[in-house]
Amino acid sequence: MTSIGTGYDLSVSTYSPDGRVFQVEYAQKAVDNSGTAIGLRVKDGVVLAVEKIKHSRLLVPDSNRRIMTAGRHIGVASAGWMSDTRHLVQRTRDEARNYHDVYKADIPAKIIAERMGMYIQAYTLYSAVRPFGVSTILASVDADGPQLYMIEPSGQYVGYHGCAAGKGKQVAKTEIEKLKLSEMTAREAVKEAARIIYTAHDESKDKLFELELSWVCDESNGRHTRVPQDLVDEAIQHAERSLDEDDDDEMDDDEE
Amino acid sequence: MASLKPGEVNLGTTIMAVEFDGGVVIGADSRTTTGPYIANRVTDKLTKVHDRIYCCRSGSAADTQAIADIVQYHLQLYTAQHGEAPTVKVAASLFQEICYQNKNALLAGIIVAGWDERDGASVYNVPLGGSLHRETYSIGGSGSSYIYGYCDKVFREGMGKEECIEFVKNAVSLAMSRDGSSGGVVRLAVITKDGVERMFVPGNQLPPQYEG
Repeated sequence: MTSIGTGYDLSVSTYSPDGRVFQVEYAQKAVDNSGTAIGLRVKDGVVLAVEKIKHSRLLVPDSNRRIMTAGRHIGVASAGWMSDTRHLVQRTRDEARNYHDVYKADIPAKIIAERMGMYIQAYTLYSAVRPFGVSTILASVDADGPQLYMIEPSGQYVGYHGCAAGKGKQVAKTEIEKLKLSEMTAREAVKEAARIIYTAHDESKDKLFELELSWVCDESNGRHTRVPQDLVDEAIQHAERSLDEDDDDEMDDDEE
Repeated sequence: MASLKPGEVNLGTTIMAVEFDGGVVIGADSRTTTGPYIANRVTDKLTKVHDRIYCCRSGSAADTQAIADIVQYHLQLYTAQHGEAPTVKVAASLFQEICYQNKNALLAGIIVAGWDERDGASVYNVPLGGSLHRETYSIGGSGSSYIYGYCDKVFREGMGKEECIEFVKNAVSLAMSRDGSSGGVVRLAVITKDGVERMFVPGNQLPPQYEG
């Protein structure tokens, strides 16, 4: 529901009369303008996929990565301002390192999600700073198994089986809801993630895009790594094929 | 390395912990000395830091009490934040962090032992420098020097709970009879999934040792 909050939206330390903090909502808009990012938590791991929209053909392929690693077993994908993301990932790394220094153990997913949530929330308290224009998707495998969290610009974080953020999040969420995630393997999820990103991608708005895929799963030994190139290629083929099938279906309907 | 400051009390001590399938047996003597004077002859050197995690303290009484208090606080906070009990490893790591970072100011030799859901029974030794060693059984304190040979000879893998209790009782008694800084009574505790059972052997009921 869009509305401008004239007068009450100038600073994040101001509530509107109907109880909203507009600056945080505007931050959410910044997220919604960015390329889609999704996370899928399945039986044996978590998969992250990002629609990296390229604004120029001159960009070096595979540069300006949007999925980052914040600790061997933690992957971060984001939708929103990349500069804010870089800062947040640095903070995530520091928090994970700090936890390890004290407890000599890898930081559990729910703890790092909480620390990130608290950090991001802190920037919604003071008029001297602005909220982060990022929705952070955190993927990790710890002693309790694979886990997926999404932290919004308000600092609120929730655990998910599947989540999406960015331009195509509505389309992506609809597709994700059709999947039986708890029965899927990470390999299968990679293909589905690619397909969903391709489906959510709007050809008419942004012609050029690159698909980024990463996972933390049994096959990657619990580490956050990029999906191996052969599986990426397979996934992209699967994605393109299913888009063609959708087009064919539409054509059949017309001919009738 | 720090030495005892004037007036500081010394946990001369013999401490010990042994792992068995399903739990640990920990034991200690009960003597605290200031120089030649026995300040406390019925000390409890087995200190709880969490429901199923104990530490055996040797060295400076003040230092080890302070460290155990801090670790106990941290473990309470850990439980609140994580929603589950910490592992013995986490507790031992906390002891290590404090002992290592403050090695110049502390005189503390600590054995951390207990039971947790993830790793079962474990024993960790954190000696003077602040290193961390996981061991099947561990001895510490000034009295331990006199029982290395005895322990190496008598210890066997796969001992049951009762055998471990006898092992600890005999070893600590032997150390107490040879080490001037160890003596009094033997305090024992058995930590398992089901709880902590504390035991006490009065000075006149210790296993008899050769006294010449």
